[in-house]
Amino acid sequence: MSSSSYSNYTNSPCAACKFLRRKCTSECVFAPYFPPDEPLKFANVHRIFGASNVSKILHEVAPHQREDAVNSLAYEAEARLKDPVYGCVGAISVLQREVLRLQRELEETNADLMRYASCLGGETSAYGGRRG
Amino acid sequence: MASSSTNSPCAACKFLRRKCQPECVFAPYFPPDQPQKFANVHKVFGASNVTKLLNELHPSQREDAVNSLAYEADMRLRDPVYGCVGVISLLQHQLRQLQIDLSCAKSELSKYQSLGILAATHQSLGINLLAGANADGSTTATVRDHHYHHHQFFPREQMFGGLDVPAGNNYDGGILAIGQISQFQQPRAAAGDDGRRTVDPS
Repeated sequence: MSSSSYSNYTNSPCAACKFLRRKCTSECVFAPYFPPDEPLKFANVHRIFGASNVSKILHEVAPHQREDAVNSLAYEAEARLKDPVYGCVGAISVLQREVLRLQRELEETNADLMRYASCLGGETSAYGGRRG
Repeated sequence: MASSSTNSPCAACKFLRRKCQPECVFAPYFPPDQPQKFANVHKVFGASNVTKLLNELHPSQREDAVNSLAYEADMRLRDPVYGCVGVISLLQHQLRQLQIDLSCAKSELSKYQSLGILAATHQSLGINLLAGANADGSTTATVRDHHYHHHQFFPREQMFGGLDVPAGNNYDGGILAIGQISQFQQPRAAAGDDGRRTVDPS
């Protein structure tokens, strides 16, 4: 994971300060993660979470984790804007159901395999040598 | 659902220390006996953002929206870096692994099924595929020698404990096209055929 190479020592404010219409200082916590060429990223995050909440979250996490934190917030914000009722929780629900379905199918297939193995193997268990 | 017409303010108004009006948008969804629910949502999203979100929705959708916001807020507080996006990433990884496991299991099953058909055919012709010894004393490899060491055939333990959606919530929403979250993927070494021997029916 690498930090954005954007430096807030340039004349261009970061997307957050541009959106908030404030001076982008050298200590701006948003600048490394909201480059000026991605205005929508901050706009979405601001709309769902609010700038002060994002700032608090960033201050709570270690600097090397902030980029991932911002990206996950941006993802959640975008998901919530596309689906205002469920946001990314809708995706979790779908994935959980799919996982359960495949687990059941795998159990059934394993059961079939054991039946075949015991039939063809006679008294010997096909899984006798299986590592635990 | 809490009614703001009672003397007790809803959890939101209690938290915000304001009078709970009859038309309070939070009252139906933040009952006073669940203070943590609003506290979490307020901490992550902020009361004014939640108000705007709820006002944009039809009243019939607001309960589900609040419950999903509460879930997201809870996950974000537990995992400030990834929130519930971490859950999505883990579920996608689990799903991919299950698909691989299932594919392997079905492939083995189809071999057995073919062998079963072959055995039935040979049986009807008087040929026993499973004889362990030949007339000259040599042995023929049989299916009994096939050891199923491959752990991928068995259901994996649940790796992720906190995936249950909170009780009482209904998240049966439409399918959300989320695509792959490549930056959050946890790569896993491809499982090989460790220890498996090919079945030789001859």
